[in-house]
Amino acid sequence: MNIQFRESSEAASPLTAKTAIADCDIHPARATRTELYPYLAKRWQHHLEVYGVHAYQGMMEGPPYPKAQPNASRRDAYPPEGGPQGSSLSFMQKQLLDPNNVQLGVLNPLNTGQGIRNHELSAALCSAINDWQIDKWTSRDKRLKASIVVGNEDGLSAAAEIRERAGDKNFVQVLLLSRNVEPLGQRRYWPIYQAAEEAGLPIGVHAFGFGGNPITPSGWPSYYIEEMVGHSQCQQSALASLVLEGVFERFPKLKMVMIEAGFGWAPSLAWRLDKVWQRLRSEVPHVKRPPSEYIREQVWWTTQPMEDPERREDLFDVINWIGWDRLLFATDYPHWDYDEPSRVLPAGVSEANREAFYLGNARALYGIG
Amino acid sequence: MARHVIAPVDELPPGTRKFLEIDGRPIAVFNIKGEYFGLMNRCPHQGAALCEGPLIGLAQSRDPGEIEYTKLGEIIRCPWHGWEFDIRTGQSYCDPRRFRVKAYPANVEPGSSVVKGPYVAETVTVRVESDYVVVEL
Ligand code: FES
Repeated sequence: MNIQFRESSEAASPLTAKTAIADCDIHPARATRTELYPYLAKRWQHHLEVYGVHAYQGMMEGPPYPKAQPNASRRDAYPPEGGPQGSSLSFMQKQLLDPNNVQLGVLNPLNTGQGIRNHELSAALCSAINDWQIDKWTSRDKRLKASIVVGNEDGLSAAAEIRERAGDKNFVQVLLLSRNVEPLGQRRYWPIYQAAEEAGLPIGVHAFGFGGNPITPSGWPSYYIEEMVGHSQCQQSALASLVLEGVFERFPKLKMVMIEAGFGWAPSLAWRLDKVWQRLRSEVPHVKRPPSEYIREQVWWTTQPMEDPERREDLFDVINWIGWDRLLFATDYPHWDYDEPSRVLPAGVSEANREAFYLGNARALYGIG
Repeated sequence: MARHVIAPVDELPPGTRKFLEIDGRPIAVFNIKGEYFGLMNRCPHQGAALCEGPLIGLAQSRDPGEIEYTKLGEIIRCPWHGWEFDIRTGQSYCDPRRFRVKAYPANVEPGSSVVKGPYVAETVTVRVESDYVVVEL
């Protein structure tokens, strides 16, 4: 990335906030192309140099749509020492963790080894990313916790990676993406759910991914703005698949976190599922209860991007259905659609709900004191 | 209103910007093709350091397929969520909640389909006095 920022303004950094918060969606980045090499066997370093990475999606040089800002990130988030946004721990501390009083930050690395056709390479890259998360981030700042990145298209090796990391306090969840080769409820992914349930780790499903399918259910759209809203459609398909394939029934202790795809659509999806399930139940007899029950019991939601209706009361209606105990505050730092903690929650929320929203729910879900 | 000398003219050539703090307030001053503009460096949306965004133009369209790109280098795009502000007036464009604000009828700019938003970034008066750039605050 060759866009470097000119003289920048320190002046606007926010004053230290009093309210302690959790930030459940932080994106750490690699400072250099080869930063993972120390965690990769020579065989894979060589492979990367000679053959590169073959993703399931056609466009090899980057994401399918340009991202509105360089690296999809805030333009004020370039670290002073150089490198892309999100690649410097000290700058992240200074710009995000310290001023916002972040007590728990959950790392969700993107552009890892997920969605790669060569499954051995995918597993090796994911494992390297996990080592790198400990080395570069969680071992250096106790507020930060990592997500176990797994080679999602090969359920068995993904499960092995989860089992290897289980019990390691550096990790608090397993990370999947919403766009995969098949909808997330399919059997190929079940070993991942089984291993996560055994380890007591929630599965985070983050918007994005390289499944090779068009990024909306109706094909490839013209504009990035369509990709942005498409994330919620994609997450809805993923969630419907998880319910209807019987994942929640089969793994009743499994917890899923829907990350960065909104939540305003949750009630209507659940209502539609319930309605058709009443009529078509016999097609999926393994779905023993109304779909909305599984969703309300086993699903959590990160807040960024929060829907922003004209009447704020509409937002509260949605949250009341989902439950104030189900939302996890997230900034999405350093990405450009970042939410500023002090500005997202409108007035009129009780102190208890506010505390749960900003910190309590995340602590409870991730088992952090 | 006090006048603050912020730089000799040579130190703020066209295409550059300068960030400074005056009386605890973050300010940015721009030289755009020899004209000087000042803005409060805080986005009225969620408080980003507004002036670290890129200067762009204003894309407008009467009809799908027809695009007019004007005010080149006069629109600042917030580094966080990309809201656009006219640096001459501080006026925001295309606020998602614009329909609440009755004072902005759709014909504010005849033929324009980009509606001015209700948010206005604070502007600062900038002048050149005997070869120094001066801010009034
Ligand atoms: S803070 Fe500037 S657009 Fe949101």
